[in-house]
Amino acid sequence: MAQRGIREYDAKKLLAERLPDYADDFDYDGQIALVTPETDLEVVAIKNPWVKKKRLVVKPDQLFGKRGAHGLILLDASWDEAKGYIQENMGREVLVGSVVGTLNTFLIEPFVPHEREEEELYVAIKSEGDRDVIYFSTRGGVEIEANWDSVTEISVEVLARPEELHLGERLPAELGEGRKMVGRFVEGLYRLYRDLGFAYLEINPFVIADGKIVPLDLVARLDDAEAFWQRRSWRGIEFPEPFGRALTREEAYVKEIDSRTGASLKLTILNPRGRVWTMVAGGGASVIYADTICDLGFAGELANYGEYSGDPSTEDTYDYTKTILDLLTREKDLEGRPKCLLIGGGIANFTDVAKTFKGVVMALEDYKERLRETGVEIYVRRGGPNYEEGLWIMRKLGERLGVPIHVYGPETHMTRIVSMALGGE
Amino acid sequence: MRMKGYKLFDRSTRALVYGFQTNAIQRMLDFDYLCNRSVPSVAAIINPNRAGIQKVFWGTEEILLPMYKTIPEAAAAHPSAEVMVNFASFRSAFDTTMEALGQPSIKTVAIIAEGVPERMARVMAATARKMKKTIIGPATVGGLAAGAFRIGNTAGTIENIVESKLHRPGSVGFVSKSGGMLNEAFNIIARNSSGVVEGIAIGGDRYPGSSLLDHILRFEANPQVAIIACLGEVGGTDEYRIVEALKAGQIKKPLVIWVTGTCSKILPGSVQFGHAGAKAQTDLETADAKNRALKEAGAIVPESFDSYGDEIRKVYEGLLAEGKVRKPEEPEIPKIPMDYAKAASEGIVRKSTNLICTISDDRGEEVLYAGKPLGRVLEDGMGIGGVIGLLWFKKEIPPWAAEFIELVLQIVADHGPAVSAAHNAIVASCAGKDLISSLASGLLTIGPRFGGAIDDAAREFKRARDAGLSPEEFVRDMKAKGVNIPGIGHRIKSVKNPDKRVELLIGYARENFERTDLLDYALSVQEITTAKKGNLILNVDGCIGILFIDLMGSCEVFDERDIDDVIRYGYLNGLFALGRSIGIIGHILDQKRLDSRLYRHPQDDIAYMLPEFE
Repeated sequence: MAQRGIREYDAKKLLAERLPDYADDFDYDGQIALVTPETDLEVVAIKNPWVKKKRLVVKPDQLFGKRGAHGLILLDASWDEAKGYIQENMGREVLVGSVVGTLNTFLIEPFVPHEREEEELYVAIKSEGDRDVIYFSTRGGVEIEANWDSVTEISVEVLARPEELHLGERLPAELGEGRKMVGRFVEGLYRLYRDLGFAYLEINPFVIADGKIVPLDLVARLDDAEAFWQRRSWRGIEFPEPFGRALTREEAYVKEIDSRTGASLKLTILNPRGRVWTMVAGGGASVIYADTICDLGFAGELANYGEYSGDPSTEDTYDYTKTILDLLTREKDLEGRPKCLLIGGGIANFTDVAKTFKGVVMALEDYKERLRETGVEIYVRRGGPNYEEGLWIMRKLGERLGVPIHVYGPETHMTRIVSMALGGE
Repeated sequence: MRMKGYKLFDRSTRALVYGFQTNAIQRMLDFDYLCNRSVPSVAAIINPNRAGIQKVFWGTEEILLPMYKTIPEAAAAHPSAEVMVNFASFRSAFDTTMEALGQPSIKTVAIIAEGVPERMARVMAATARKMKKTIIGPATVGGLAAGAFRIGNTAGTIENIVESKLHRPGSVGFVSKSGGMLNEAFNIIARNSSGVVEGIAIGGDRYPGSSLLDHILRFEANPQVAIIACLGEVGGTDEYRIVEALKAGQIKKPLVIWVTGTCSKILPGSVQFGHAGAKAQTDLETADAKNRALKEAGAIVPESFDSYGDEIRKVYEGLLAEGKVRKPEEPEIPKIPMDYAKAASEGIVRKSTNLICTISDDRGEEVLYAGKPLGRVLEDGMGIGGVIGLLWFKKEIPPWAAEFIELVLQIVADHGPAVSAAHNAIVASCAGKDLISSLASGLLTIGPRFGGAIDDAAREFKRARDAGLSPEEFVRDMKAKGVNIPGIGHRIKSVKNPDKRVELLIGYARENFERTDLLDYALSVQEITTAKKGNLILNVDGCIGILFIDLMGSCEVFDERDIDDVIRYGYLNGLFALGRSIGIIGHILDQKRLDSRLYRHPQDDIAYMLPEFE
């Protein structure tokens, strides 16, 4: 549960559909189409006849911004040009910031001609503890950060009632005759933001074309915890994976296990050739183990971030452990040092430690040969109900496996096994 | 007596628990008992589904806790309860918390639910602040005041509580975001100092109801606290408020703090840790930046989490040497009996059972019929006959035998409205009784005179044959006793007008049974009786009883003892009652649909023959 980015396409559709409930003169028509590798462009043209009649904008819709700066936007194009552009760029690998990813989703919408940059307006809404903050500027566009001193900041108490907002009156006077309409728009937008589960919304820019407000570029995040309440409003909206992170086969597998159980199983591979592999019980503890490995100067050696918690079944723990062991034992350390597996964790509340180790032990037994061949040392630290038996099981396992297993309980500081494993203590 | 503002809980704090969380409530009470509290910390339970009372353990004794359906009722009845531990789901956490905040007596609400929307969390937090009340959570296990009060499941098992010295106050005030790390923190603190005074987890969401700083300032004001310890987290800017408070001189006690999530710099940007708030959206929100700022502001920040405990130890030993803290007295710890279920699961206790069941088992994932999972029973198409084989005989009977049983059930299913069972059921139904009562009324007529002939026929014929009596001897013997041969004789049917049902049963048996000895014996008996009178034929009851014995004799899964059991325990009456229930229910439903009125037997149909009164 957290704030999740949504596609510009979905956000604009939501605005077109719902904003008129809040600002009745907002009649942005939501002419917009989404294209993925599976989309038949001819069908797009049938469903959206305007694509053949209007000049178009095409841009990737994959949760990254500054598309203009990256040369990833096609402006004022014909339908044929738009098709050509999409065909050329679909599946292309691009570098955005420091992230390499594949372009796979584009949006098409009508090109709104506007002569001067001064016509571009800026509005953003963000949540901040006891208040929401609305940022507004008449100098929107790509230079907004440089023009930040032009931004009006309007603060709204989180307990403020919708009828006491009067946001229009708090917009800058320089809007002139458009102030009333823009005021209704901003106030409507803010109320929609509150009611429909938004956590962040930025429209930069929007313009007034033919007396209508049209959002040109938009970024939105929703609070996915609201899904239960917003199931009607959000129908069809999905939360895409952030740009550039195609999951590895193993990560996808763990994600799949995670999605079908009530327990939490997480795996992120950082460096498949890394020497240190972690398998930590509990979300809080898993972060701290990764921290400590970094803080002690072994960030480069850390192979993965891994967490299992929420009382996973023996079978799921077994599958999860096997996935990690498989990755861990694919090759020896290039410099011939032992590889380390840290089976860590804090003190469990009510989870039976011996029971959760069952799946781990089964997997370790399966990988006995490969663990030996790869030269793996295992460090275990855990506490909680029945931990003595759990640790005893691990010690006995060491005798059978023929690889060193070092086992510790609550008397040893939680992360001490990191320095033991890596610091050569 | 009101507590000082810096204290949320003391040894007299009482709570309302929202949600029927029997385990958590028992854990709170066990903690109380461990701490030698004089009154239980749970005043009442709020259970929207049921009001009444709930029985709980207080040490070795059992006590009753009142249970209310609504928060206002509970608050009104228990004005001294200042805390609500809210176990409502993420869906109702907001409404229940807002309602609790509206009760003048409730000062603190702990919200356990995970997944409460951010806006709801912010509205709750702002409302609480406005009313000068405290929210702990959402998305937390809660927290505890050592030796005084425990929120729900905080700190896990009794063993862990004792191990981490939470049954009596120490000298450290601890606050973290993560509830999962609370146990570990209690352990670290207990091993490196005299333990905690209070430990709170504010929850891992982006907008917790109270902040790390809120609790740190309480600890600062609380004279029992000598050292403040805190675990922050990557994401959000809460820790900067601590930096400002440090700079403003609001925190004078030593503050040992570590912000977790320093590894986020090497993780790909998209990794979301378990906590919703744990994602840095600006450089300022990174763990490294926060740790740096805290250190610069004068907090004690270790090099890594690895030396967090060492830093606490240094501070504690320093204060001990200066005489600023004293080692606490170690109180005697009352022993809390282990729950029977736990002891049994660990093999520590045993007890003999009062009941035995050998036919079915509902404890596993799937119910077992005589050891066979129900799914397999259905897959194998065992039918009603097969299921009767499993549940009555604990045996898998062959399909031809199962089919015979089903044939019998169909044949006995009904015999019109006039027979005892149907008539009784109809009368009961007409008297306005419900279906089950009417059915029972009908079934109660089944016995020696009605339906019982099946059992009797099986028994008598088998007895005669086993005793080696010739059919003639048997008939003579029965006549000498003055007893009608059960299973022989029909009101209407006769040799010339045979009973179709009997023909059908015999035909099936001849075709499918390996042996029909008892039938053959019975037919020889019939020859003798029908010679006397045409309607003294083998009737359907007799036929069923006799053929059932032949069925068992033909079926290798049954032995002689099984056959004896069938006769001794009235299995065949069971078969009749089972089949006939179908018809009886039919008659009852029929009467219900007809909306029949009360039946009163006509007086002219009764011969009133009373003795003369003198």
